[in-house]
Amino acid sequence: MSDKDREQSMRRPIRRVSALLLVMFIGLFGSSTMIQAVQADVLQADARNTRTLFDSFAVERGAIVVDGIPVAQSTPTDDEYAWQREYPLGPLYASVTGYNTLGQGNTGIEGAMNDELTGAANSQFFDQILATITGQDPSGSSVELTIDHAAQQAAADALAGREGAVVALDPDTGDVLAMYSSPTFDPNAFALHSTATVQETYNQLLADPSDPLHNRAIAGDLYYPGSVFKLVTAATALESGRYTLQSEFPNPDVLQLTGSTAEVRNASRTTCGPGETVTLETALVLSCNIPFAQLAAELGVDAMAQQTSEFGFGRDLSIPLQVTPSTYPADANAPNLMLTGFGQYDVRVTPLQIAMVTAALYNDGTMMQPQMIDRVLAPDLDVLDDPEPTILGNPVSTQTSAAMRGAMQLAVTDGLATNAAVPGVTVGGKTGTAETGESGEPFNLWFTGYGELDDRSVAVAVVVVPDENIVGDTSNVIAAPIGRAVIEAVLNS
Amino acid sequence: MVQLREVTEAIRVRIRNPAKLRNLELFLLVIAWVLAGGAMVLVQLGALERVDMLPLQLAGGLGILTLALHIALRFVAREADAIILPVVTVLNGLGIAMIYRIDLAEGASGWAAASTRQMVWTGIALVVAILAIVLVRNHRVLARYRFLAMAVAIVLLVLPLVPGIGRTINGATVWIGVGDVLSLQPGELAKIALAIFFAGYLMTARDSLSVVGRKVLGIRFPRVRDLGPILIVWAMCMLVLIFQRDLGTSVLYFGLFLVMIYVATGRRSWMVIGVGLVALGGVAAYFTLGYVQRRIDAWVNAFDQSVYEAQGGSFQIVQGVFGMAQGGLLGTGLGLGRPDITPYANSDYIIPSLGEELGLAGVFAILALYLVLVSRGVRIGFQGPDDFTKLLGVGLAFAIGLQVFIVVGGVTRLIPLTGLTTPFLAAGGSSLLANWLIVALLLRLSDSVRGRGIA
Repeated sequence: MSDKDREQSMRRPIRRVSALLLVMFIGLFGSSTMIQAVQADVLQADARNTRTLFDSFAVERGAIVVDGIPVAQSTPTDDEYAWQREYPLGPLYASVTGYNTLGQGNTGIEGAMNDELTGAANSQFFDQILATITGQDPSGSSVELTIDHAAQQAAADALAGREGAVVALDPDTGDVLAMYSSPTFDPNAFALHSTATVQETYNQLLADPSDPLHNRAIAGDLYYPGSVFKLVTAATALESGRYTLQSEFPNPDVLQLTGSTAEVRNASRTTCGPGETVTLETALVLSCNIPFAQLAAELGVDAMAQQTSEFGFGRDLSIPLQVTPSTYPADANAPNLMLTGFGQYDVRVTPLQIAMVTAALYNDGTMMQPQMIDRVLAPDLDVLDDPEPTILGNPVSTQTSAAMRGAMQLAVTDGLATNAAVPGVTVGGKTGTAETGESGEPFNLWFTGYGELDDRSVAVAVVVVPDENIVGDTSNVIAAPIGRAVIEAVLNS
Repeated sequence: MVQLREVTEAIRVRIRNPAKLRNLELFLLVIAWVLAGGAMVLVQLGALERVDMLPLQLAGGLGILTLALHIALRFVAREADAIILPVVTVLNGLGIAMIYRIDLAEGASGWAAASTRQMVWTGIALVVAILAIVLVRNHRVLARYRFLAMAVAIVLLVLPLVPGIGRTINGATVWIGVGDVLSLQPGELAKIALAIFFAGYLMTARDSLSVVGRKVLGIRFPRVRDLGPILIVWAMCMLVLIFQRDLGTSVLYFGLFLVMIYVATGRRSWMVIGVGLVALGGVAAYFTLGYVQRRIDAWVNAFDQSVYEAQGGSFQIVQGVFGMAQGGLLGTGLGLGRPDITPYANSDYIIPSLGEELGLAGVFAILALYLVLVSRGVRIGFQGPDDFTKLLGVGLAFAIGLQVFIVVGGVTRLIPLTGLTTPFLAAGGSSLLANWLIVALLLRLSDSVRGRGIA
């Protein structure tokens, strides 16, 4: 082999080896691109990716504020998560704030306003860019709620640990003034920085037979409304133009349902008042079942379904918490239609829905969109969002509204809701006792009503599930005073 | 007059060209220092939100040592490649910055901190590299010691199996240690000894190995009696696989030998035989060695919950992938990610750590640096004036390239994960020492390629 040959030798295989090395490196460029560009979003969304969680805990999450009091706030910690979430009033506001956890997601305002609280909302986009450039730690906006602290506290105190829920609305604006669900839980137990402990707490609460995680005010298992639904039936009658409060109905002590052997009685087990006939007003004030069964049959299922839908039944609401739609059985047959007249059969409601009905009946027939966000404040106190009251609809006329107000006030002064009366305040109301359809199960005790003092007004709905079936005038004894307490708290504050 | 002009011209050519190379190297070194130092400062600003002088002073000391290597080259290897040293300086500096960043996350400092040890080891490695360049003035003498190199390689390979000094870490018996003080991976150094042995042996044996035998399926295969060496090396790698439970090292050694025998003979049949043997060994290992099976399973089914949770499963792989995904295109920024979530974030998993904080852009830049380094090595082999230089140059360059491929391919799920260090980046003294020795050898080799180095 000559010197030149020797020098030229191996050059071809070396070229091939360099090509092989290039192919190997192209493989590496490709595999890292797959991870960091192509699949990055999917990988970041993987539930096992703790980095995403760390990221969400690295932000100073904004506070949730009620009447200037933080009901959820973040305090700095020394551990790996940078911030600790705290709920200073824990169980009182659990149904409002919800919780924010490591690995179990978030609920309530924490969930509904997550983007704002973490500063990821579109309205904060430029603030976050600026913070990145200036090297500031990211922080979220704080959310101020419409809740009236005194009303919330009064609701919790008056409910006194019983199973049930209370909702209070400002009829003029739709502002949610109180939302309390019992039994409740302590969201602080979810704010721990250990996924295992959080998971354990969650499983415990989930297994708890009293369902503390259910927000009964807006999203629990729906309740039978019972007699409070008579407000809807009466309003439907007045809206039809064929009836007034003075319209008369036959007054038997027992009524056989059309096309059925089943019989309906009034709660008193007698006739509704002494006369041969009874007026719609008296039936409402004394909460008799038979006249409303007859009325529903006369109105027809279409009119009833139409009116409930105008009141917001079947409607998805975001306040911004998601509200379970209340239901009215539009396919009810003749006997069942009669049962719906006084809120039985398949009529199911949330306390919020009942409060909305009462608020609309009080508010000249105008129903406001219920909502809980007063303002969203950026870390520099810029107001990012200040929702205006919006009208949801006009389910009844001003005349119907005025007539219903009169009847509801009469129910408080002379009817079955006397315990809702507040001295010096105009109060209207309606109680209800609903059979749950399960024999032996306690009845749902209801009160809904409104209070008005000077320029201020409030509509409330209360539902209580007592430990056992208490016979007698139980709604007026148990539910009405809770409504009164909330009305007083709002109007005195 | 004319004569004098010719003389001065000749002198100018002789002096100017090497000086140009070394000046280019100095210029690139300054950039390398700025990049590595900048990474240290960014790590401190990101993780500590202040600048701590002590680590910077230590890093500065290393800068001075690389300058010393540069000055040594000006005296003893004026025509050495000008690109290799700056590239390696950036990689080593980035590695220290990331190891330091993970120390900060884990609250380690002083001698307990891997970054402190890494800096000391870098210093030792640089001094050894300088000594190697100064002492080994003609690398061709190494060919004479090829069988000594083989003996050294085998001793180094066997050392971890010697009771008392062998250490098993992560299931692989590839470490030696004295007490708790010092632990070394002799296999890293064996890599160089093997490359020297292969280059020396193939230089003499290439003619007989090139002789073709029977033709099967269109490829001419070597004579059976020439198959001996490849079978011996294959057996050695299988023993490493079985007794030291080190998949990465055995693949690295066998791949190195295969490429070198191919370069020496130009016969593709050697590659075919080699790949066949690897396939044979691989299938046998898969069915007989539990840890190989687990590695494959963790590679294929990494995201299966049961594999993810299993002991020795894919937790590390998946966390590393999550880290890289979190980095995205541009990364979280140095000191601002969570690379410490992944086990062994500063050694086997330094690439995902860098990927998380520097993003895909950073990973590409690092891979590009390796590609430049490897291509300089292959170029030295290509232009080498003799067989030994060629074989050694290509062998060393390929060893680095293959090691990067095995590690980065493992963490990015291109191939099954095996435990190997990322050259220059990963924490580990023996790895640094071995790779800086390779740099010294490549620089020495390139000096012999007179007048052909870059400008």
